[in-house]
Amino acid sequence: MSVVSELSHIHVEKPKSAEDRRARRKAAGRDNKAGYLFLAPWLIGLFLITIGPLIASLYLSFTEYSLIEAPIWTGLDNYVRMIDDARLHNALQVTFTYVVVSVPLQLGVALAIAILLDKGMRGLAFYRSVFYLPSMLGASVAIALLWRQIFGTDGLVNQILRLFGFEATTGWISDPRYALWTIVLLHVWTFGSPMVIFLAGLRQIPSMYHEAASMDGAGRWHRFRHITLPLLSPIIFFNLVLQVINAFQSFTQAFVVSNGTGGPSDSTMFYSLYLYQRGFGEFEMGYAAAMAWLLVVIVGALTAINFWASKYWVFYDD
Amino acid sequence: MTDLSARTELSPEAAITGTAGPAARNRRPGKLGRSLLKHLLLIAASLVMIYPVLWMLVSSFRPTDVIFRTPGLWVNDLIIENYTEGWNALSDPFTTYLINSAIVVIGAIAGNLLSCSLAAYAFARLQFRFKAVWFSIMLVTIMLPIHVVLVPQYILFNYLGWVNTFIPLILPKFLATDAFFVFLMVQFIRGIPRELDEAARIDGCGHWQIFYRIMVPLMTPALATTAIFTFIWVWSEFFTSLIYLTDPTKYTVPLALRSFLDSTSGSNWGAMFAMSIVSLIPIFLAFLFGQRYLVKGIATTGGK
Repeated sequence: MSVVSELSHIHVEKPKSAEDRRARRKAAGRDNKAGYLFLAPWLIGLFLITIGPLIASLYLSFTEYSLIEAPIWTGLDNYVRMIDDARLHNALQVTFTYVVVSVPLQLGVALAIAILLDKGMRGLAFYRSVFYLPSMLGASVAIALLWRQIFGTDGLVNQILRLFGFEATTGWISDPRYALWTIVLLHVWTFGSPMVIFLAGLRQIPSMYHEAASMDGAGRWHRFRHITLPLLSPIIFFNLVLQVINAFQSFTQAFVVSNGTGGPSDSTMFYSLYLYQRGFGEFEMGYAAAMAWLLVVIVGALTAINFWASKYWVFYDD
Repeated sequence: MTDLSARTELSPEAAITGTAGPAARNRRPGKLGRSLLKHLLLIAASLVMIYPVLWMLVSSFRPTDVIFRTPGLWVNDLIIENYTEGWNALSDPFTTYLINSAIVVIGAIAGNLLSCSLAAYAFARLQFRFKAVWFSIMLVTIMLPIHVVLVPQYILFNYLGWVNTFIPLILPKFLATDAFFVFLMVQFIRGIPRELDEAARIDGCGHWQIFYRIMVPLMTPALATTAIFTFIWVWSEFFTSLIYLTDPTKYTVPLALRSFLDSTSGSNWGAMFAMSIVSLIPIFLAFLFGQRYLVKGIATTGGK
């Protein structure tokens, strides 16, 4: 069971009778002290590193604060400023484009390859390793540097294109029309980790479903469409939710590929990169905090939409 | 009449369910062609996936001008200078950055193993008040964007004088802020038969003893998964290090690599590739030896 399905299944059991309740309380009381002792590190972290800062950043988002002087309360100024901040709008647009294209594309490739790899085929372990490895390397600065070279004017891609007789003088990284798409490609390149999850999910589909459908004359496509896809939909959904959340926070690759600028002409200015520039480049901590809260609202809204939409396409077997 | 000839090859089991066994499957010319096509497709895809990395590996042994005109992988005239140059191209020898990264990674692994397993035991085995509430909060924190706590965290750690130390990178791990691993371990402990801790309890073990005598040994696979994922993620981690480490002698490997772009060696791609390869070797080794745990961990929790 995944984080997401766990979260959507949470319910607190209501004790039925008074006697029940008493028994429950007694049972619960048994481990109270031990429970909180074992939980202590996490609880301290929760309050000191998560909830405390969460509240503080909400407060800071209503202030002007440069780290040097005390924060000055400015009310809604930071949020009003966002309405006119063209670079922020651009950052949102870039990030949305990135999320909307790269997440479904990566999951689609992952699913396609997982289905090709299914069912004890020869060389499965080899293929799985080769496809999985890039997703382990993909977050590193080393690979981002490699991408800078590969998609440079005289980089590997253009060298190969020239072998085939193309002129290939485009600097993919330095051209605002293409720079973002190199990062999208990098994300798709890391399809291995959702693929591994899909493989595990495919393995859990009882083969008798497929056999029964085959006997009834269902072809490959019909079996995929009416058996595999519905049974895999909770896993696809789970990946979609988490990938959207993560993709919205992408930073490293855009930072390295553009050498920290978000360029050329802000074409790779991801939201978190812009937030970093405002907060830690210009030391506008108040504005950065407000931006962070806008991010939470957007990510929260997208997640809510995802959950709402899931009613129409996610199928729970149990 | 391929069907008839194939039917004689059916295993008893397949005959009952009405499907062709593997032997029969390969007999059919159409199936064989399809399987061949599939392998060709997959091999082509593998090549495309892995080619950039292989090319970087070979290029790290080539002079920079050769890198920019050799798309192939042939290995004549390889040189080692990129590595010696790259190692000393920045303000400190690369050894410094490797040691810094190692300190952070070891600290992070120790922190995650300790704090996440404690919390996971509580969530999976103990009954206490508001458990359901805490558990759902824990799940939500997995999905919380880090940016929203970043600024105040920075202010706090700055106030404590911890900027340009490794504490901001390690301490949160000892407080189980990587809640994903708590969840992973909870899932794992739920699969361990309760009879084992019941028996220990009857023998007079307290929670602490049950935890470290029974749970920890049984949890080894989950702990290994956590350790390997932490290793790979923290080794590559960039954003937090970028914010907290500004003194070049404190740089971790990712920061050092990035600083190549600003240094005088910014166009020395040979050296940059060489050090990039050095930085990827630990990840590659962790992947090679830990793949089993990575696959299992990611499959049981649905991954990150």
